[in-house]
Amino acid sequence: MTNPLDFMAGRVAAGKMSRREFIGRASALGIGAAMAGTMFAQAARAAGPVKGGTLRMAIQGGSTTDNLDPALTTNAAGLILIRLWGEPLVELTDDGGLQGKVAESFEGSADAGTWRFRIRSGMSFSNGQPVTPADVVATLERHSDDESKSGALGLMRDIKDVRVDGQDVVIELSSPNADLPYLMSDYHLPIQPNGGKDDPNAAIGTGPYVLKEADMGVRFVAERNPHYWGDLGHADTQELLVINDDTARVAALQSGQVDMIDRVPPRTAGLVARAPNINVHKTSGPGHYVFIMHCDTAPFDNNDLRLALKYAMNREEMVDKILFGYGSIGNDTPINASYPLYTPLEQRSYDPDKAAHHFKQSGHDGPILLRTSDNSFPGAPDAAALYQQSAAAAGIKIDIKREPNDGYWSEVWNKQPFCTSYWGGRPTQDQMYSTAYLSTADWNDTRFKNEKFDQLLFAARAEIDQAKRKQMYVDMGQIVHDEGGLICPMFNDFVEATSTRIDGWVEGVQGQILMNATAPLRMWVNE
Amino acid sequence: MSQILKLLAQRIALSLLLLFLVSILIFAGTIILPGDVAQSILGQSATPEALANLRAELGLNDPPLTRYFAWLGGILQGDLGTALTSGQSIADAIGTRLGNTFFLAFWAALVAVPLAIFLGLLAVRYRDRWPDKLISAVTLTSISIPEFLIGYVLMYFISVRLGWFPSVAMINDGMNLGQKLNAIALPVMVLTLVVLAHMMRMTRAAILNVMQSAYIETAELKGLSGFDVIRKHAFPNAIAPIVNVVMLNLAYLVVGVVVIEVVFVYPGMGQYLVDHVSKRDVPVVQACGLIFAAVYIGLNMIADVVSILTNPRLRHPK
Repeated sequence: MTNPLDFMAGRVAAGKMSRREFIGRASALGIGAAMAGTMFAQAARAAGPVKGGTLRMAIQGGSTTDNLDPALTTNAAGLILIRLWGEPLVELTDDGGLQGKVAESFEGSADAGTWRFRIRSGMSFSNGQPVTPADVVATLERHSDDESKSGALGLMRDIKDVRVDGQDVVIELSSPNADLPYLMSDYHLPIQPNGGKDDPNAAIGTGPYVLKEADMGVRFVAERNPHYWGDLGHADTQELLVINDDTARVAALQSGQVDMIDRVPPRTAGLVARAPNINVHKTSGPGHYVFIMHCDTAPFDNNDLRLALKYAMNREEMVDKILFGYGSIGNDTPINASYPLYTPLEQRSYDPDKAAHHFKQSGHDGPILLRTSDNSFPGAPDAAALYQQSAAAAGIKIDIKREPNDGYWSEVWNKQPFCTSYWGGRPTQDQMYSTAYLSTADWNDTRFKNEKFDQLLFAARAEIDQAKRKQMYVDMGQIVHDEGGLICPMFNDFVEATSTRIDGWVEGVQGQILMNATAPLRMWVNE
Repeated sequence: MSQILKLLAQRIALSLLLLFLVSILIFAGTIILPGDVAQSILGQSATPEALANLRAELGLNDPPLTRYFAWLGGILQGDLGTALTSGQSIADAIGTRLGNTFFLAFWAALVAVPLAIFLGLLAVRYRDRWPDKLISAVTLTSISIPEFLIGYVLMYFISVRLGWFPSVAMINDGMNLGQKLNAIALPVMVLTLVVLAHMMRMTRAAILNVMQSAYIETAELKGLSGFDVIRKHAFPNAIAPIVNVVMLNLAYLVVGVVVIEVVFVYPGMGQYLVDHVSKRDVPVVQACGLIFAAVYIGLNMIADVVSILTNPRLRHPK
């Protein structure tokens, strides 16, 4: 006799048994509802995507002051929305590589100074207009123009010239950059008809959906794009609600009003996961919480003191108590496994003896002032208090000054010599280091100035040989780890949740929130 | 009669004057805010030329008095200006939002006001007995709990556990009245709980005050039943203070429900205002401020007028 469960799974896979029926029959076999729910999900996933239905999500971040221009988008709701209607030239794959979207393929010159993107032929925008290389050039021009207010302007600084060559778009750089294709995957850069120069807010692109209703900061509805070329997008309709309040967002999922939410507060994620109809997912990303010292300001200009403060950090405790386990320990560099070309360095761990030793070596006497605020990262004042305790065990006295949220980013961060802060990360190591660790960077918030590091950074940017590049990034990471002003105790995971009404979540996708913003396109409604 | 008209005219003129003064305050307040509007729009990367262009475009180079009258003139013609952040007409954006705010306030008031007055009458009728004490205890408890907490508690039990009403009160044009009412059920409940106590206690106190009068004793001696005495003789004479407190609470329902809007994701004025304050979108903040002030002053004016019309002493002043 065949196993009745296998039989039932087969029926589910064939789309002939509903979730309710499956759970009912499974419980007749003595299987609990939660377990049966999981088994149903597995059976349904094995069956592959189901077309149709409405997928509803609630996203944090989104304001009535937003607009639809991708150049000006800064928040999570905008990010998800752009990916519904638009596509960049290339996109990150699940393991952090690159796949072509509007570009079919791409290649760089030997010196990484010229890049050639072959535009996919036969593609149309959602208004039916064909996609031409000229549209791509116009898009890149709009974001790289000196007057541009685009959030991607910083990525485009090195672009000297963009031109059409047959079905190709050729990008000339003023200084070579081996990472250029990664930069083209930025969410601000979906290809728009004539680059969006005519109407930046039109939300016309090559994505799987067309925006039907847009109420800024409130609600968006999108329907299938009849001109879409690819195989993403299973639900017929996507509904995106902006719910900024954490409790309200979680309640919307629990009460079944939405199927997917981002940013589950780590504090309550365990409770949320207990419900049988909800799955909590965590995605590790490049975001990290930091304690930053100015390397050029006394007493932090002494490397022994910096080392003492690094050894005084109990990283495991931070991940446990501040992130509630939804994260991983840091190693005093801004880079983790979510970056391409990552190599782990030797892990620094909490060592009060070494901390005391270096503190003595530094010759510094007296307390150290640490500034913090609630918005520097979630739980920052608590993290500062924990750090105060772990440092006290090494004989280092930390004074904590609580600063107001308002004005923290203009008055404290990047101004005061020692404070708490966070970084969202960047798509590549080059970007992260160029933004915050290059001697001349505006946002060099640790005042880290190291000539050898700067040389390595420029050399690595122009290096096409991946093995050599990888070694250069190891060397750079080691310099920051040993001499930098960064104490990086933890990398925070994205914690997200979906209801069992939808399926198709893929674990371990690299990038931004919700499977690098592709969850709405890759998940399907299963009942 | 002419005296009443004169009194009413005075009230209305006073209200308009007050609104005018408020408009000056709002305008002056946004002018003395630190920083320059053009600078805050363009951000750190602003070039001096771009700043100069934008300042000229926004008319920031004119003297404040000229700008004030230009602004006031625009408003009197229904032109609230354009939002700095989106470049859209403020009047259009506010229209829907204000409509939503009034929609929620209207239904909350429709439940809360009759309920509060009825409970107040009931409390008087059973004064110092258990119904009075129960009503007072429950309403005072609900007003003492922060409204967002009541919101979360109701959301958890009614929406998540029981699944009766949605936790997200987002309404849109595609919904019919029934769907909209279903969506706003929870915020209406919370708002009712929040404003109930104030109105109920005031009704109770005002009527009890009247109940000390000699004519109530007369009515009782006539043999009228307890509730009839209250309904026919005490309540009409207590209308003025009750209307006053009702209007205050109605004003609160319109201008003070930001927290409820956030908790239930309701697309009303509060959320709209807060978003624009955080982006330093001054024209929108000014417009919202003025609308809120107008609602507040308008409702208080109505309260005054009703007090005049219902109070014989004010109707026939010596």
